Amino acid sequence: MDYVILGAGPAGVIAAETLRKADPAGSVTVVGDEPEPPYSRMAIPYLLIEDIGEDGTYLRHGEGHYADLGIEVRRDRATAVSPAERTVALAGGASLSYDRLLIATGSRAAVPPIPGMDLPGVETCWTLEDARKIAARMHPGARVVLMGAGFIGCIVLQALAARRLEVTVVEMAERMLPRMMDETGGEMIARWCEGQGVAVRTGAEVTGIEAAGDGLRLSLASGEALEVELVICATGVRPNIGFLDASGVALDAGVLVDHHLATNVDGVYAAGDVAQGPDFSTGGQAIHAIQPTAAEHGRIAALNMAGQRTHYRGSLAMNVLNTLGLVSSSFGLWMGADGGQRAVAVDAAGFKYLRLEFQDDVLVGALALGLTRHVGVIRGLIQTRIRLGPWKERLIADPHGIMAAYLECAPGGAARG
Amino acid sequence: MQKSLLIDPAKCTSCLQCEMACSFEHEGVFNPAKSRIKVFEFEHGLRAIPYTCTQCAEAWCMQACPVEAITKNLATGAMEVNEATCVGCKVCTIACPFGTINYNQSTGKVIKCDLCGGDPECAKACPTGAITYVDADWTGYGRMEAWAVKTHAEATAGPGG
Amino acid sequence: MGWQKKVLRVDLTKGSCEPEPLNMDWAAAYLGERGLATKYLWENMDPKADPMGPDNVLIFATGPLTGTMASTSGRYAVITKGPLTGAIACSNSGGKFGAELKFAGYDLLIIQGVASEPVYLHIVDEQVEIVPAGELWGKTVWETEEWIKAKHQNPLLKVASIGVAGERGVRFACIINDLHRAAGRSGVGAVMGSKNLKAVAVYGTIGVTVDDPKRFMAVVRETHALLAENDGRKELTELGTNAMIDSMQAFGSLPTRNFHEVQFEGVSKINPEAMEKVTPGGHRNLLANKACFGCTIACGRIAHIDETHFTIVNRPKYRHASGGLEYETAYAFGPLLGIDDIDALTFASFLMNEHGMDPISFGGTLASAMELYEMGVITDKDTDGVALKFGNAEALTVMAEKTGKYEGFGQVLGLGSKLLCEKYGHPELSMTVKGQEFAGYDSRALQGMGLGFATSNRGACHLKHDVFTQDMEDQTGQGKAKPCKDSQDLISMVDSTGLCLFTMAAWGVEEFQQQIDAACAGDWTVERLLEIGERVWNLERLFNLRAGLTAADDSLPKRLLEVPAPSGTAKGQVAELDIMLPEYYQLRGWTPEGVPSSETLDRLQLQG
Ligand SMILES: Cc1cc2nc3c(=O)[nH]c(=O)nc-3n(C[C@H](O)[C@H](O)[C@H](O)COP(=O)(O)OP(=O)(O)OC[C@H]3O[C@@H](n4cnc5c(N)ncnc54)[C@H](O)[C@@H]3O)c2cc1C
Ligand code: SF4
Ligand code: SF4
Ligand code: SF4
Repeated sequence: MDYVILGAGPAGVIAAETLRKADPAGSVTVVGDEPEPPYSRMAIPYLLIEDIGEDGTYLRHGEGHYADLGIEVRRDRATAVSPAERTVALAGGASLSYDRLLIATGSRAAVPPIPGMDLPGVETCWTLEDARKIAARMHPGARVVLMGAGFIGCIVLQALAARRLEVTVVEMAERMLPRMMDETGGEMIARWCEGQGVAVRTGAEVTGIEAAGDGLRLSLASGEALEVELVICATGVRPNIGFLDASGVALDAGVLVDHHLATNVDGVYAAGDVAQGPDFSTGGQAIHAIQPTAAEHGRIAALNMAGQRTHYRGSLAMNVLNTLGLVSSSFGLWMGADGGQRAVAVDAAGFKYLRLEFQDDVLVGALALGLTRHVGVIRGLIQTRIRLGPWKERLIADPHGIMAAYLECAPGGAARG
Repeated sequence: MQKSLLIDPAKCTSCLQCEMACSFEHEGVFNPAKSRIKVFEFEHGLRAIPYTCTQCAEAWCMQACPVEAITKNLATGAMEVNEATCVGCKVCTIACPFGTINYNQSTGKVIKCDLCGGDPECAKACPTGAITYVDADWTGYGRMEAWAVKTHAEATAGPGG
Repeated sequence: MGWQKKVLRVDLTKGSCEPEPLNMDWAAAYLGERGLATKYLWENMDPKADPMGPDNVLIFATGPLTGTMASTSGRYAVITKGPLTGAIACSNSGGKFGAELKFAGYDLLIIQGVASEPVYLHIVDEQVEIVPAGELWGKTVWETEEWIKAKHQNPLLKVASIGVAGERGVRFACIINDLHRAAGRSGVGAVMGSKNLKAVAVYGTIGVTVDDPKRFMAVVRETHALLAENDGRKELTELGTNAMIDSMQAFGSLPTRNFHEVQFEGVSKINPEAMEKVTPGGHRNLLANKACFGCTIACGRIAHIDETHFTIVNRPKYRHASGGLEYETAYAFGPLLGIDDIDALTFASFLMNEHGMDPISFGGTLASAMELYEMGVITDKDTDGVALKFGNAEALTVMAEKTGKYEGFGQVLGLGSKLLCEKYGHPELSMTVKGQEFAGYDSRALQGMGLGFATSNRGACHLKHDVFTQDMEDQTGQGKAKPCKDSQDLISMVDSTGLCLFTMAAWGVEEFQQQIDAACAGDWTVERLLEIGERVWNLERLFNLRAGLTAADDSLPKRLLEVPAPSGTAKGQVAELDIMLPEYYQLRGWTPEGVPSSETLDRLQLQG
């Protein structure tokens, strides 16, 4: 059996390793278009902080890891897929044939259509290549504008602040983290950032960038101008699906996949940031561009590709974020479910916030600020759909009883020995 | 035969000797805030539940780690965090559905139970036998597994699955 | 090491919270907890100051072994000038609060001044804030703890707080931590209330280190094993402290009905066996035994009340478990009041914790009020219509609640038995020393204990000396001065380590010495430790002398000195204080007036 995997990010690599275990005799080829050994994008911020070197971002550290497993990692770019022939065309001219194909090409940073986005010093923060360019301009004290205060933007912000750059955040939405935090949480994070010396401008729009001496000048819709040395653009991502246009693979925002991570085309699967798959919370199909989903997708897609029919329960949208020392997390339907109930604890001065969302007596979503202990149980409670019974009312009275509720309600959990 | 921690909350008096033993072993200081095992107390102290990682088969934390900082110790079966590799992204802390891998603000890394390399200090310190280290078969592991499977992102398909 | 070498000083008048280095010379001379805090108190206030005034100082003190793996390392002490006694107060508590304070980085928390409005302290390591507590004022201890944890969204906070009793100056108000652990005696809670301080909430992540970790762990392994094998320890684990009630009953030293009797016919209804008995309705008082921080004994009882019992049948809020009967509570609500209703005792015990009061002093005060009532000195008019008769369980629970809420006759009971009996013209009915009520040991049968009660620096108290063995062997006052003095010194030292006295069931001074020596830098010999104990005792004495107490305060109530024991092994006997006290002074190196001689002071490097 010939397995071909497009994309050498976490989804692709985990799929390759899983295939190797599940089908020791099969041939496994991973095609990645980046020059470095397979790495994790999400480690880039720590590279910028200089906690790690580039090799610290690598997905696997063992010398000859892939070769030892008999996984071929090929540097090239897929340009087209032809399901009829079961081949993939590569930019280098070669063509690969497959029995099973996994599309794990991830996503790329989206750049808004604003004049000047192509100037040197205006960078996205998506690849190691991007990171090198950013690092070259990260002189202590340098002024930098971060466009976009979404999840990725906030992670990058952490790195910028750690390197003592003078940061201004410009976010179009009225609050930070519009898709991961509600108003209360977003406001707290913004206030926290300001307290740490980061200027935060929400409801602000960059209308153009131009070169100004050694630096750059940004114009804002408000008419103001900002002089900086570096602009980092973190305004969103787009799945890498262009090469599939003519393939017949069903596409929406991403590659549509079912509960086995299979596309509409026989033998073709998709995983990770590129895949629009079952959403645990809504039952619909969604892109959850996060590491745990990439890992789960990769593994389950591979099992299915190898013939071990495995049902995927769907991905849970969840994030954890450290914004200048303030840890926040969000899970599932944090914005609430129709007809559901809510438990809230807010300590604005202490930067602590916990919001739980229930449907019937089941936890379906949560937001947390300043909570680092045992946060995983929130995922556990959501994903097992544990019925909380009388605990729901207790949690509405005090959401921090979450650990007690978990220990009481989890069947056969360690709690009960 | 691999061994695992058997916890019997009914015997626990909530003395926290286990938490001190754990933090002392891993941090060189008596400091329950840094213990990998945590005793939860409820109902005016009536119930005390010692709680830590079961080294679950799914190893969610390990799967989710972007930089292979968590690996399985093949001798003990424990998932171990390599501090030098860990970047502190905390993804594992939300991935583990048991909440047993936790961020340590002071080091910027995560901590979890590593079975002390096969000789768990908590079990040795426990004066009541609420924690013992026994052959995995005896720990009611089966029940724990059943619960873990429910958490599982996957479920092997039944008919039509 | 062992020590955090840091003191947190909070001035509520100024609104300041400042850390300062621990005075290591003082630590070397006074060890920690009780001893070290006594030194700090001595250096920081005028003993003549009004205990309820701004010049009194309130110290929460941990010891060098608090928060270590030594068994029972959860102890802390509250040292201040006590409003019940006018003497030094030294109340020791377990639970988890003390260790948490240590983990936050502090050996001592010194509180001075008075806040202009109700406040509480919120401590997370170096972050210390004085938080307005207007909303908390008037709340119970239980509500307060829950409220603070919810407010800071930190279930791991450990809270020590006072109830309304402390706010309103009930003279035996205590400080409760962890819902049912108390720094119980001498009215330390009233001092906290007088400072407008509702609570101290602390969470610590710094931890504790020891000087020689390897040796310490080796020693601790052995000391743990000694405790594990010890029969006295086993009894404490299995039966709790209430095991004492059967021995005291058998011996005839169980104070009953305000010390009119020394044996109680209802003991079998309130002893450990009764706590474990299942009623026909299927109820069992005792649910579990639990430990304080670090404790491998776990004498603490967790109990609940029969839902059909009159106390809670209409009060579902109390249908839960909480701290159950300890011996002193069982004695003070049971025999001392002639009550044998275990659920009523348990309920009153809950109320003590919920409202923050010392059960011994409350029971003692109520006993004297009951005697006055039975004599007709006080009547239903005084008592809000409650028949304060010995044996009336409802009188106990109703008055406990009234006192806790500072309502009606509860306000009078809140004076403590000394002032209450004076108020009604019968001071001789107050069974107290230095104004503090007795624990459950009758001095006529236990002569050496009687000497200890008379000389205890904080007033009648069972925890500062231990002459049981000698007292059981010989029921005269002969030869009791020495064991009394020696045990006072030894206990003063143990109280300064951060460990619990109950370990003394299995440990001698050597075991404490080995643990201290491994944990603390410096050369800690047995002699040095015992000298510290003696120094601490003498410094407490100096505090009291300067506060205005005299040898006349080293006495026992007339009932013990003049009325012979009516039954038991000491039938016909009175407390022989006149034999013991002069010998005791002499052994202590004190003048016949009870003042440490200059040689004694020199020997202990103290200044009068
Ligand atoms: C700065 C940053 C911080 C992040 N932080 C977090 C975080 O804290 N938590 C979290 O959960 N997630 C985080 N993420 C998101 C996370 O990194 C992604 O969800 C994850 O990398 C997705 O993995 P993937 O394998 O699906 O895609 P990718 O990692 O994007 O890998 C896809 C690979 O395929 C290659 N490729 C694309 N097209 C082709 C083609 N046609 N032919 C061949 N190769 C191709 C790409 O170049 C890439 O190498 C972060 C991302 C970034 C950029
Ligand atoms: S930390 Fe959690 S996910 Fe990791 S092995 Fe333990 S239980 Fe499993
Ligand atoms: S916090 Fe460390 S161990 Fe956990 S996922 Fe991130 S890098 Fe891996
Ligand atoms: S050492 Fe044992 S008894 Fe003590 S808290 Fe831990 S599990 Fe419970």
